[in-house]
Amino acid sequence: MVRLITHNLLACHVKGCTSNNFPLKLQDVQIALREAEFNEDFLRGFIPRLEWGALVQAAREVGDDSLPAEVPEMLDDEFLKQLHHVLLEIHIDEGSMVCPNCKHVYPISSGIPNMLLAEHEIG
Amino acid sequence: MIPTPDLSHLTRADYDHVYEPAEDTFVLLDALEEDAQSLRTIQPRICLEIGSGSGCVSAFLGAILGSSSALYLCTDINSRATRCTFLTGQQNKVSLNPINASLAQPLVKRLANSVDILLFNPPYVPTYEEEAIDAQHGADLSGSWAGGSDGMRVTDILLGQVGNLLSPKGHFYLVAVKQNNIPEIQRLMQSEHGLRSQIVLQRRAGREHLFVLKFTR
Repeated sequence: MVRLITHNLLACHVKGCTSNNFPLKLQDVQIALREAEFNEDFLRGFIPRLEWGALVQAAREVGDDSLPAEVPEMLDDEFLKQLHHVLLEIHIDEGSMVCPNCKHVYPISSGIPNMLLAEHEIG
Repeated sequence: MIPTPDLSHLTRADYDHVYEPAEDTFVLLDALEEDAQSLRTIQPRICLEIGSGSGCVSAFLGAILGSSSALYLCTDINSRATRCTFLTGQQNKVSLNPINASLAQPLVKRLANSVDILLFNPPYVPTYEEEAIDAQHGADLSGSWAGGSDGMRVTDILLGQVGNLLSPKGHFYLVAVKQNNIPEIQRLMQSEHGLRSQIVLQRRAGREHLFVLKFTR
């Protein structure tokens, strides 16, 4: 399954594509919402690992504009619940991820991203 | 006692293309179970299994740590394997996140010093070099075991990336066999990447003398 938490960790890795290769732009996506167990400790521990701007942008690309532009100083319940939903409950079942730099297209099919490259694209 | 993950949803047809859990899988499960308490203590947030195959090992790790307590990323070069991993997660109520990729390639940029638990049961069987190269290109069953002349062809590539991937508290578990030259792996990881290691489990299974190595900073 591709959720925004995974999307936030994927970068283009085509040979020579080393800058502006993240975040991958989500296109033509089919979304499903599936409930996930809320775990506050996990969320708090994961926030430092996130690229926040990339998450906000990706959420907008899948039609969710509920996240603030910056991580709030006070991580209250309402914010954590919203973050939980955006990170873990929005599933991209079909679609593609496009590199903002080299335009390489990584397809998502049945919830699995295909990040494989052809031989001549491997660095 | 943590039960072995339920794989009853996988069929013979799956195992024609995806490695069926065997002694080398179970030795890794046993090593993880022995370390269960210390693994929970480091409160892992990001777990990454390279070459997840059936998904058995990551599902087991999820049972140790709890599905919602960590993110379980699973890469495999074989698209059938990523599908099996996905289903094994569902079957065992652990959210596994399969990615069809070679090693950690698309994650390396973002996961620098971030992986708390890294798992790799590599293609370790010594074969002709060509056989290992073809097996990786084929991205099918033989890619899960054919390892080149010393069985290290694929493992060596990942070993070069481990120092970059592991978080300060990170643990890396690697399955190996005697022919892989365990002392040399340990020496190189210390001198080239500053990673300490220990043999956490070893077992003879048929012709194979299996080892599980654990690396930490």
